[in-house]
Amino acid sequence: MSGSDTAMKWVDEFRDPALARQLLTQIATLAKPLAAARGRPLQIMEVCGGHTHAIFRFGLHQQITSDLEFVHGPGCPVCVLPMGRIDDALAIAAKPGVILTTFGDVMRVPGSGGNLLQARARGADVRMVYSPLDALALAQANPDKEVVFFAIGFETTMPATAFTLQRARGEGIANFSVVCNHITIAATVKAILDSPGTRLDGFIGPGHVCMVTGTGILQFIPQQYSLPVVISGFEPLDMLQSLLMVLQQMQRGISALENQYARVVADDGNAQAINAISDVFTLRDFFEWRGLDSIDHSGVRLSDHFAGFDAELKFELPNLSIADPKSCQCGEVLKGVIKPTACKVYGSGCTPQTPMGALMVSSEGACAAYYNYGIGRQVTESLAVEVE
Amino acid sequence: MTSASLPAEISMSHGSGGRDMGTLLDTLILPAFGAAGGGGGGNDSALLKIGGLDSDHARLAFTTDAYTVTPLQFPGGDIGTLAVNGTVNDLAVAGATPLHLSCALIIEEGFSTRLLATIIDSMARAAKAAGVSIVTGDTKVVPRGAADGLFITTSGIGIQHGEQPGPHRIKAGDKVLVSGPVGDHGAAILGARGDLLLDIPVASDCRPLHTLCAALIEQCAELRCMRDATRGGVAAVSNEFAVTAGVGITLFENHIPVRTPVRGACEILGLEPLYFANEGTLIAVVSAADADIAIDTMAQFPGGEFAAVIGDVTAIRPGTVCLSTLLGSQRVLEMPAGELLPRIC
Repeated sequence: MSGSDTAMKWVDEFRDPALARQLLTQIATLAKPLAAARGRPLQIMEVCGGHTHAIFRFGLHQQITSDLEFVHGPGCPVCVLPMGRIDDALAIAAKPGVILTTFGDVMRVPGSGGNLLQARARGADVRMVYSPLDALALAQANPDKEVVFFAIGFETTMPATAFTLQRARGEGIANFSVVCNHITIAATVKAILDSPGTRLDGFIGPGHVCMVTGTGILQFIPQQYSLPVVISGFEPLDMLQSLLMVLQQMQRGISALENQYARVVADDGNAQAINAISDVFTLRDFFEWRGLDSIDHSGVRLSDHFAGFDAELKFELPNLSIADPKSCQCGEVLKGVIKPTACKVYGSGCTPQTPMGALMVSSEGACAAYYNYGIGRQVTESLAVEVE
Repeated sequence: MTSASLPAEISMSHGSGGRDMGTLLDTLILPAFGAAGGGGGGNDSALLKIGGLDSDHARLAFTTDAYTVTPLQFPGGDIGTLAVNGTVNDLAVAGATPLHLSCALIIEEGFSTRLLATIIDSMARAAKAAGVSIVTGDTKVVPRGAADGLFITTSGIGIQHGEQPGPHRIKAGDKVLVSGPVGDHGAAILGARGDLLLDIPVASDCRPLHTLCAALIEQCAELRCMRDATRGGVAAVSNEFAVTAGVGITLFENHIPVRTPVRGACEILGLEPLYFANEGTLIAVVSAADADIAIDTMAQFPGGEFAAVIGDVTAIRPGTVCLSTLLGSQRVLEMPAGELLPRIC
């Protein structure tokens, strides 16, 4: 039972309220002089959407000292998926004889012509899968249909797509293809660091990406930008310890790459996964991001020897670039220049039910997380008072 | 609101017990039918005054529910047990003694006779266990593809005596209780579907609540209201209570009983057990003075060893449910919106 008799191993140990309070005190003590020296609160970016979700789920943002601000980074793959790609998915789903499959939270992402849930309601065969292997099994079970997997995610989900494609080729399954929307995290972090107005002081690194890639992909952050980065797990104590490690580096005046999530992340990553990724994918010259425009070398496509499984080649797609609504300020939120609540359309024109901008789309998006957990809406004016 | 606030097509979210379903009811269905009779659209049963019932304080409770579930059989029950217990529970939480049920079957051409016999047998057993009789019904067979195997609709009547329990009676200072662990049914169905390839070792809590409800009415002088936390789960019920009663509700995350396999599945899928359906677990609101006796009463029923006080009714933030997290932070627990979709990472 939750919170009472049976503890859940690997989970409850990392949610201990007493230990959390100790860490929060240490963080506050370290942050105070560092923030005073800068004349502003420290800005620490958590790159990964899973971290953003954990911050709001456990309310870490309410507990943390006001000398420190979380900046919610670009690491929610659902949020940064451009509308044009969803339009491609809708176009494929509308073709006769196609079963379009994808992950659950892609279903609600709006394109310019509605979302996949609405397409399903209009009669398209759209199915939610938990793994691309489920999509491949569907293809085997429905040889008279073309099963398309709409692949999405950072390096975290790339291996699953890669293994699936290797198996599809090995078993000669011809009625299966993939729309590849996989993106890479390092190029994007670099783009944010290079953009004007950014004033980040350090990073909480993406644990699950690094579990696949190893830690080296983030080495450029301390080396080229002289900023601390600590790769972190996803439980509250993981994140608080990682924050403390970032602050300890700042106090000592150093910038290094550290790994708090060593119970999962090996320095060299997962060799099998890395091999599969380099076998199946090739870097694109550029990829469009919702809220951040086009970023060089930030996405991958299927390699030429997997071209037969590439839905972008198999189908004629609109492949249009659709600009975000002008009133959206997702880019500024992603860079930490403004808070979600400062956006002109937050909570009025843009809500999780009718998202306009990238960050309102998935529950991992910064704006949706703010909204769903009640921040900046009428109810929380009083909520904040009560917490103090 | 008008039906103009509905999209051109009905989507799954209009049936998932959350905000979109509320919009469908409020803008299209209730305005057409009116909220005549006792209770309106927000209650599980209508409580009707009928001339001829012998006591001034007796009302006829009337409810109906359509059952669709995939798969039709799951650990802890099948669509038949669900169709009986669900309707019995809608009567019971309205404070009524369930008496008679109707049963309408919509069967898809080609459906297994053997499976149908099993499900009908489940219904008969469940009715016997709940002390109700199935007295009328209808059977239709539709062409292959026009239904997903088997749909069942049951209506039920019962008699309710004395003061009507209901969310309008909830007051600041009251306590929110749950009668057992939450999320078992939703998790059992998720596991039984098999499409997530997750083995979730938990059975549905599908069971009748009429004896528990009668005992709570008997034991608690200040029982405000009860509701079985079906679609939309604890989150939907507590939000309905907060809105209808015009109160605030604070739930305490570390007091909410959730079985370990259910928690595990939720952690893996990025879902929240508070949004999972239950089919034999109710939320009750009682005065603070009655909380202990209510828990002792619940403890005598199946699952009741995990009954718990999970929240407070407050005067602040009317219409809002807040969740106090393990670390002592507070966040808003929203009415569920749309289908529950697993998160990607």
